[in-house]
Amino acid sequence: MNESKQYRDVSRRQALIVVGAGGLAAAGLTLLPQAASADAAAVDAAIKGLIGGKTPQAGRITLDLPQIAENGNTVPITVEVDSPMTEQDYCKAVHIFADKNPQPGVASINFTPACGKAKASTRMRLAKTQNVVAVAEMSDGSVYTAKAEVKVTIGGCGG
Amino acid sequence: MAKPKPRVKVPKTAAKGEVLEIKTLITHKMESGQRKDKKTGEKIPQKIINKFVCAFNGKEVFSADWHPAISANPFMSFYAVATESGTFEFTWTDDDGSVYSKTAQLTVE
Repeated sequence: MNESKQYRDVSRRQALIVVGAGGLAAAGLTLLPQAASADAAAVDAAIKGLIGGKTPQAGRITLDLPQIAENGNTVPITVEVDSPMTEQDYCKAVHIFADKNPQPGVASINFTPACGKAKASTRMRLAKTQNVVAVAEMSDGSVYTAKAEVKVTIGGCGG
Repeated sequence: MAKPKPRVKVPKTAAKGEVLEIKTLITHKMESGQRKDKKTGEKIPQKIINKFVCAFNGKEVFSADWHPAISANPFMSFYAVATESGTFEFTWTDDDGSVYSKTAQLTVE
């Protein structure tokens, strides 16, 4: 009798856990993809607006970002584009986006051949753990992109 | 708020053709427009520096458009080739239209 009661208890608990997990998963499914796709779509739209119908290629960009940022208010970022930086062939601009910030645009950096090196550093705010995307426009019209994830411990927007 | 104070770090002398690292910083709150006033609960309006330009002898070398995601007291470092002696001019443009500027001399030996 005792044994069977115990068994019944366990099964009920398990049932509850299953229901609970199912509920959470369902809530996650309904909430998360919408938010993520809206932001990713905003970034995609912003990139499209800048580069037109060109297809970005991978490579040539080095994104130097911390893997974990304790303070989302000042996250150091260094971006370097592999380019000879001559009058004929240089990197025109690098655009930086953060896909889960309230506004995805971070900065647009414009280089000229007089820079000698397509490398720049700044500090940015990140609201939460997210992907940072860099898009580089070259003088010959080609477009390159790179992405890195930063884990943010304390967000840097609002307060 | 105190008047933004720009600071730049540029080598004083360089060899011709050398690639120089330039570091800049300006004190500015870079109010993102996302924060709320704790007393009234109203959003504090956005007030940031939206444009940074570096020119050498009147010719633009480097520029950046900044969005609210740039941290307070914005820092920017970049590179420039030393071709001749001259003056670097750095300008920061605020949302309210004010312009902050700073110059630095470079002698090419």
